[in-house]
Amino acid sequence: MPLRSDIRKVLVIGSGPIVIGQAAEFDYAGTQACRALKQEGLEVVLINSNPATIMTDKAMADKIYIEPLTLDVVKRIIEIEKPDSVLSTLGGQTGLTLSMQLAKEGFLDAHGVKLLGANPETIHKAEDRQAFKDTMEKIGEPCIPSKVVETVEDAVDFAGEIDYPVIVRPAFTLGGTGGGIAYNEAELRDIATNGLRLSPITQVLIEKCISGWKEIEFEVIRDSKGNVITVCSMENMDPVGVHTGDSIVIAPAVTLTDHEYQMLRSASLSIVSELGVEGGCNCQFALHPESMEYAVIEVNPRVSRSSALASKATGYPIAKVATRIAIGYSLDEIINQVTGKTYACFEPSIDYVVIKFPKWAFDKFVYAKRSLGTQMKATGEVMAIGTSFEQAIMKAVRSTELGVDSMNLKKLADVPTAELIAMLRRGVDDERAFQVYEALKRGVTVDEIHEITMIDEWFLEKFCNLIELERWLAQGTLTEDKYLTAKKYGYLDSTIERMSGQTCPMHREAVYKMVDTCAGEFQAETPYFYSTFDEENEAAQFIERTDTGKKKVIVFGSGPIRIGQGIEFDYCSVHCVWTLKELGFEAVICNNNPETVSTDFDTGDRLYFDPLTREDVASIIATEQPYGVVVQFGGQTAIKLTRHLADMGVNILGTSADSIDAAEDRERFDALLEACEIPRPEGFTVMNAEEAVEAAEKLGYPVLLRPSYVLGGQNMIIAHSRQDVEEYMGIIMATMIENPVLIDKYMMGTEVEVDAICDGKDFLIPGIMEHIERAGVHSGDSISVYPAQNLSEKIRATIIEYTRRLSLALNVVGLVNIQYVVYRDEVYVIEVNPRSSRTVPYISKVTGIPMVDIATKIMFGATLKELGYESGLYPEGDYVAVKVPVFSFEKLQDVDTMLGPEMKSTGECLGIGRSFEDALLKGLAAAGYDLKREGGVLISVRDSDKREIIGIADKFSRMGFDLYATGGTASYLNRNMIATNMVNKISEGSPNTIDLLESGRIHYMISTSAKGRMPARDSVRMRRKSVERSICSLTAIDTADALANVLLTGRTMDDVELVDITEI
Amino acid sequence: MALIKDAPPAWLVLANGRICKGRHFGASGTALGEVVFSTGMTGYQEALTDPSYAGQILIQTFPQSGNYGVNSEDFDSPKAHVSGYIVREWCNTPSNFRMEDNIDSFLKAQNVIGLYDIDTRSLTRLLRDQGVMNGAVTTEDPTPRLEALLAEIRAYSVQNAVENVTCKEISTRKTDNAACRVVLMDFGCRSYVPAQLAERGCEVITVPAMTAAKDILALRPDGVVLSEGPGDPAENTGIIAEIRTLAESGLPLFGIGLGHQMLALAMGGTTEKLLHGHRGANQPVLDLEGGRTYVTSQNHGYAVTSIPEEAGTVTFINANDRTIEGIRYTACKGFGVQFAPVSHGSTVDTDYLFDVFAQSMQTGKEGK
Repeated sequence: MPLRSDIRKVLVIGSGPIVIGQAAEFDYAGTQACRALKQEGLEVVLINSNPATIMTDKAMADKIYIEPLTLDVVKRIIEIEKPDSVLSTLGGQTGLTLSMQLAKEGFLDAHGVKLLGANPETIHKAEDRQAFKDTMEKIGEPCIPSKVVETVEDAVDFAGEIDYPVIVRPAFTLGGTGGGIAYNEAELRDIATNGLRLSPITQVLIEKCISGWKEIEFEVIRDSKGNVITVCSMENMDPVGVHTGDSIVIAPAVTLTDHEYQMLRSASLSIVSELGVEGGCNCQFALHPESMEYAVIEVNPRVSRSSALASKATGYPIAKVATRIAIGYSLDEIINQVTGKTYACFEPSIDYVVIKFPKWAFDKFVYAKRSLGTQMKATGEVMAIGTSFEQAIMKAVRSTELGVDSMNLKKLADVPTAELIAMLRRGVDDERAFQVYEALKRGVTVDEIHEITMIDEWFLEKFCNLIELERWLAQGTLTEDKYLTAKKYGYLDSTIERMSGQTCPMHREAVYKMVDTCAGEFQAETPYFYSTFDEENEAAQFIERTDTGKKKVIVFGSGPIRIGQGIEFDYCSVHCVWTLKELGFEAVICNNNPETVSTDFDTGDRLYFDPLTREDVASIIATEQPYGVVVQFGGQTAIKLTRHLADMGVNILGTSADSIDAAEDRERFDALLEACEIPRPEGFTVMNAEEAVEAAEKLGYPVLLRPSYVLGGQNMIIAHSRQDVEEYMGIIMATMIENPVLIDKYMMGTEVEVDAICDGKDFLIPGIMEHIERAGVHSGDSISVYPAQNLSEKIRATIIEYTRRLSLALNVVGLVNIQYVVYRDEVYVIEVNPRSSRTVPYISKVTGIPMVDIATKIMFGATLKELGYESGLYPEGDYVAVKVPVFSFEKLQDVDTMLGPEMKSTGECLGIGRSFEDALLKGLAAAGYDLKREGGVLISVRDSDKREIIGIADKFSRMGFDLYATGGTASYLNRNMIATNMVNKISEGSPNTIDLLESGRIHYMISTSAKGRMPARDSVRMRRKSVERSICSLTAIDTADALANVLLTGRTMDDVELVDITEI
Repeated sequence: MALIKDAPPAWLVLANGRICKGRHFGASGTALGEVVFSTGMTGYQEALTDPSYAGQILIQTFPQSGNYGVNSEDFDSPKAHVSGYIVREWCNTPSNFRMEDNIDSFLKAQNVIGLYDIDTRSLTRLLRDQGVMNGAVTTEDPTPRLEALLAEIRAYSVQNAVENVTCKEISTRKTDNAACRVVLMDFGCRSYVPAQLAERGCEVITVPAMTAAKDILALRPDGVVLSEGPGDPAENTGIIAEIRTLAESGLPLFGIGLGHQMLALAMGGTTEKLLHGHRGANQPVLDLEGGRTYVTSQNHGYAVTSIPEEAGTVTFINANDRTIEGIRYTACKGFGVQFAPVSHGSTVDTDYLFDVFAQSMQTGKEGK
């Protein structure tokens, strides 16, 4: 069937902020959906609260609402825009759940809106545990023994029947939030209590634990005609028990016989057909490793992280095809874009293997529980393509930017073998693959490791091959034959030299093979390449064959999503590519993140899916011979390559390598500031603990300590004493000795951030952003307001002037991000980053200035004047925009929610309003704050905050909230005439703060006690409890004040205007 | 894969003179064949024992072969039929609970020469663009005797392919309370065909390819299945004549693969060799009557190119290249499909075709 004639205007619901379990893959899916709809000539209305996405870009939709993704807001938008349809399956669980609620309430019917992509019955059958079980039973597909329960007692009873261990899975939660494996009754009671609370319908599934079975997934697509195909199979290296998002995944499944493969494929087709899915669907199976027994674990009737991976792994654009199915097409009518000859109704065949490797944030969350289980913890992932498992895993580990170039993890080298085995027995954590590798290296047998980990011997033997190769390298002369063998196995020249202790006898550049969906059976037209070591270089042939005479420019992407380097950089990279194309260049993308828009094969003119190390990149340059490269949009990942590229003689477009170095090298930067007469907080560069202490005492506490060359405030602390400094230096010296540590006077002023564009002569500041939290909270974690609300004219002028001086002195050509602190009416510079930043997408959207577009044009000689911009600050608009960070604390056990100089947020939302309060109200609502107007407020603040808490407490008190505080704070508030209930500290016995938080009476907690991140501390325990109980927890005094002010206005989401940003 | 350092060399010589050096596994020696590629990502064990590959050197596009070893339950026929096997990499440490052996030992035992550590994608692309061509795999350096070898390669053709793979004697697969009796003409049949028929309550009598129609009719079958098999269908003029007689008898016929091609020829149709054939598990076929598309497993180098209007109608076409994939006859009681209705074991997509056949036999019986 072709396009349905009754569809003209479609509402697309996005997935909101990036959180663990719901990340950039939905920007990719949503962007594909919007483009597919627009290609059909349909009008697209979009709602998504996440401003860092491509999908919220003006090019993507006709009307764009960056508004909170709540039921009421979506209803209001439907009333305003009157779409005839809503697309439900491209916005992750968030989009799907909202669509289902709208359908169930009858709202869609009442407004004549059709639901596209999924019908409520399908979703019910797939997502409701009991309905799903019944459906599977009906078609004879085995499920794991399980029971849906609504009370803890029922859970315990059922577990008694099926025996421990059991898995607890809460219904309707993201990424398995609140689930876990219970080995005994006490654990079950604990997990079930939490799971029931987190489930919006108070349901959990208790199920027989089948840990150790193989975990196999199929991505399936079905259309309304009943055509159904599998796009890709995937096998988790870690067996059942570890969330697939936290597992190393290989595509296609490699350890299954054809018989087993066909059995599970057939099961997938029957399931998807029975559910009546029209679009993409993910089916997860557990397969007994020693029999043909299998069980269906889960079915997701929508596009997902796995479907993004399957799309990138095969070249089959699942989201795009799913969208076209939703609007009426069938698979046999949709052309396979990759070949241009075949149809979407076929199953891709691949002639390589793909590995997905997760990226975790444990480097930032030192005290987080690193154990992996049924609840996903990874923030992002990389994908690697190779012609063998060995080659692909080698590429994958170096793409994760863990500081490793092989499976050897330095810190395990000194761990005794017995301890290694003990680690493996203890359970899975993020370093399991490395532990396994190390153990195999020590001679622990494949059988023993298999017995402990249940990782299939196939994978373990592959590791053994790498170990054997590494031993071979270390023995005797490094011959050409040996070198070439190592290259095929995925080793870098530098790794080969280190392991062999010899210089490479030759140098071989990688060649590139095409990802073409059909294993070479048809000639493909869409250029998507990966490197290997082989005879034929298809990329070179392709370039020759399709030579357009255009100059080629390579854009380096930003690698895996992690805290501090998120989807914003993908937004910038993609925009750069678009502008390059517009300027008449051939734009080439290099990146390794399967979740993103940049790695969609039709974003650039060519895509190289490969690691972003020096050598990997050098090979790409050898094949492409580009006119120039762009590094300023790919975050620190790309910036890190600059010096090396410049040394190779590559033309770095925009700001030069030398300028980038001048901003990052402390001494050069200090000299520059001095020359510009710009003050910065006094500071020193130190190399060891003694120097650090000396410097700190000279500056006076508190001081800020951080290593040079970092992103996202990694390993950054505020030290209040000599002990703090010594402890910090101890940790730092143990891990990174090469880079010096920076130590600065810490000024607790207002933080101001500026993104500017400079053409070498003129500069443009689209907007000045002010942070609500004072310095000390990482800029990525602060609530940021545009335009700045509280700066005097003088300060504003100073900031503009300093920005001008710095941009020109650094010879910035393109984007620069500058962070200032305003302290006692003086402006100081904290940091200058001559590259794109986290705030570029947000400022671009709210000011309407296409920053990346302009910056890219400037790199090629355009001037701001020519582009129609005056030098200086761009006139402020009528709207206030507030960026609110979003955290994933509920996914990360034991992480202190206290905000500090180290970044913790995984994503962000934007609120846009006529007034600051309205904008903040929206931002907070979008970030998931439940802004209750009554109830209890628990206050526990450090001494230094006591003076300021009075005003805030007073505001809450006047609004009728009940105040609670521990001893000191309570008496202090009472003495200041604010009625406060006293509550025991944890150590003072029950009922104490924890009991109070458990009671459900508390809706807000203000907790600023900062000392230490140890999970055992009272303040940390209170904050963790508030996360568990979904209590709004405010850890900075400024955030609490801002929130109180919003509540004081008395306005709710129903009162505020919804803004279509295309009209700004 | 065992570390490449230990492996001896082996070569592929193509009819166009291209020589590719790789490493050697499996049996030693020299073997000639038509070089073809298959895009299936699993099922190497089934492919190696598929009689339709007789006389062919098979390139597997998926780079990692032999991952799960070899087991005796999953063979498509009792022995290997390929002349040579080319992969990027084979696995010397396979892993599966049913595994009995690794692929190297299997190839050695079956006297099949294996070649690995070679750019299989570049070979696949060559065959895709230039069509299948003859070649030789050899474990002896071909350079000193290149001219002679090339002459041999160019002269090679798959001959008497069916004769070489068909069974030698009649055999019967009994079923309790059989609803129907089917004669299966074995042109190189895989084990799933009798199994599928037996599952539907049929007694299956498998007969050699050269069995005369009158002898088949003497077995008083309710229907005849014309199996798949290797080679050029038009070569089998004798068999085609017998099929014509069977068609005229009014018995329900079901042609699969080569059997479908020969049935078409018997009914006045034509066949042609495809440039590089369809080999793999992902071939989409469009059901022109039902409107659906099915993903099928295929292995054929020839295809039916026409059928006289009065003889029958095309029911399936390939969704990619639009070649004929199935015909239902009006001039006789039969139908044929180019693809395997069931791929090894358990694909659900098109196994209904066996039901259709069983149904037509049932109807035929009731009509008697």
